[in-house]
Amino acid sequence: MTVTETRVITKRIHDRPEDSWTIDGALASGAYEGLRAAFAMGRDAIGEEQVKASGLRGRGGAGFPTATKWSFLPAGSYPRYLVVNADEGEPSTFKDRMLIERDPHQLIEGIAIAAFAIECNLAFVYIRGEFALGYERLEQAVAEAKAKGFLGMNILGSGFDLDIVVHRGAGAYICGEETALLESLEGERGMPRIRPPFPAIEGLYAKPTVVNNVETISTLPHIVRMGGEEYAKLGVDRSTGTRVFSLSGHVKRPGNYEVELGVTFRDLLYSPELGGGITDDRKVKFFIPGGASSQWLTGADEHLDAPLDMDFLEQNLGVMLGSGAVMVFDETVNPALVAWRLAKFFADESCGKCTPCREGTGWVEKVLYRIAHGQGRPQDFDMLLDVCDNISPGVTTAPFAQTTICPLGPSVVSPVASLQKYFRDEVLAMCTGPSTIPVSAS
Amino acid sequence: MMFTPENLERARAIVARYPRAKSAILPLAHLAQDQDGWLSPEAMREIAALTRVEPAEVLGTCSFYTMFKRDPVGRLVVSVCTNVTCLVTGGPEVLEHLARRYDDDDVYVEEVECLAACGGAPAMQVNYEFHEGLTPEMAEEIVEAYKRGELIPRGVSGGRVS
Repeated sequence: MTVTETRVITKRIHDRPEDSWTIDGALASGAYEGLRAAFAMGRDAIGEEQVKASGLRGRGGAGFPTATKWSFLPAGSYPRYLVVNADEGEPSTFKDRMLIERDPHQLIEGIAIAAFAIECNLAFVYIRGEFALGYERLEQAVAEAKAKGFLGMNILGSGFDLDIVVHRGAGAYICGEETALLESLEGERGMPRIRPPFPAIEGLYAKPTVVNNVETISTLPHIVRMGGEEYAKLGVDRSTGTRVFSLSGHVKRPGNYEVELGVTFRDLLYSPELGGGITDDRKVKFFIPGGASSQWLTGADEHLDAPLDMDFLEQNLGVMLGSGAVMVFDETVNPALVAWRLAKFFADESCGKCTPCREGTGWVEKVLYRIAHGQGRPQDFDMLLDVCDNISPGVTTAPFAQTTICPLGPSVVSPVASLQKYFRDEVLAMCTGPSTIPVSAS
Repeated sequence: MMFTPENLERARAIVARYPRAKSAILPLAHLAQDQDGWLSPEAMREIAALTRVEPAEVLGTCSFYTMFKRDPVGRLVVSVCTNVTCLVTGGPEVLEHLARRYDDDDVYVEEVECLAACGGAPAMQVNYEFHEGLTPEMAEEIVEAYKRGELIPRGVSGGRVS
């Protein structure tokens, strides 16, 4: 079956490639109409009616219902802050960068709607430090929006005030974790906080705070404009709407594709207007369905024909749709090498706060390195599982059980658990080094 | 180092945007690094004064983040991704070629994690400007274009330097 894109939040980007990020381009294609509609329907109708009815779930990775997250804010406690998580760093995810660079006004409009709904007058966008162009365009867009009266005092005569501070990170994947992000925004090292208290109760500057992803916020203008119930007609079951999938690796047409939730991985990889098939018409050996932290799937029919549906994937295949990044590897790829490079990533990015992660990710990386480079010992695989069991007890059910504050440590378990599940024999066949190296698992 | 009068004014405006001054450490460090080409101890002392914290707290924060270079790195920071999508599409070859080619005070080649440019892998940044779909030869040609002045680089923290 052939599937095409359903462009909701990427429509302006495709319709106006020459000026989608400018105020003129944005206004000529309906920008800030959602904000007017939001003011017209009133504060309470946004979160409790429209967003709730839309079924919108967070697009950053965890998939938590947005309206529910907002509802956790304690009544009568001010000031409240809205923080947009634009610290996109999950390997193979590149949707937020596109949404920021090419449609910053859609993001600002969404921020204004969310801030109005939760009664927040100062919002922050924490943008990944490496996104120099995105930062520049967003700053420019904020200035333009202020000049046109979409930000500032008494926006569009509504009596609502809002300012946005765009804050650049400086190179730390961990700051994509919401409590580490808040620490970083306060001028500290980006290390996760123990929860509770959750950010909704004590977040930025110990004030009630909502942290939402760029794509989540960018969807709000459309939900308000279409109506929540209409939006919920897109998608499938509890995975409503569209998502932007970042498709990369061995496909003919890598890129960002916005599709309705519920289409299958095969649709995404092989449809002529989406992935277009595998490079050189080879076969899929395995793919990572939801960013580097997710467990893997293989080229088996039951995996390729699985729907892009958060609940289905979690319940039936034990993987997460995560950040919406799909990385494809063909039959020429050594899975141990990919697992090693992912482990190296997590070892590099571990903030060092929790011992199992700080030490464990490094050990997993070293052992995977020697396996991937032909120097593994026969007992190495079981040692890997043992190390992983100390980070995420019950290895193959990871990443839900964890001995760490945040999910970064358990994420290193995903590639190891995936090797165990699908490539154990292939990896063991690579472990032909001498078993007398004086390192022991037990 | 001291902030230039113009940058000092910008720095004070940045501090004023935040409910707490300490939040301005990262943006001020970017500003200093774009001005000087690195983040010097003197710069961190000045940032401490502006944000009303101890210099050790500024160092404590800044040393956590990979973008801050606490030694001079030259005019061009070339960041090459070798994470998995780039790994299987030629990123390590680009890195190896550039690291061998540039061993000088002007060009600083570093291996970095995923840059969110996987749709155009392999990818690199030169002073945080993206360059995608590379071969080792193309990557070298891009660096050379910066060296010849045909491409105008951002500051080493990715800001526009006037």
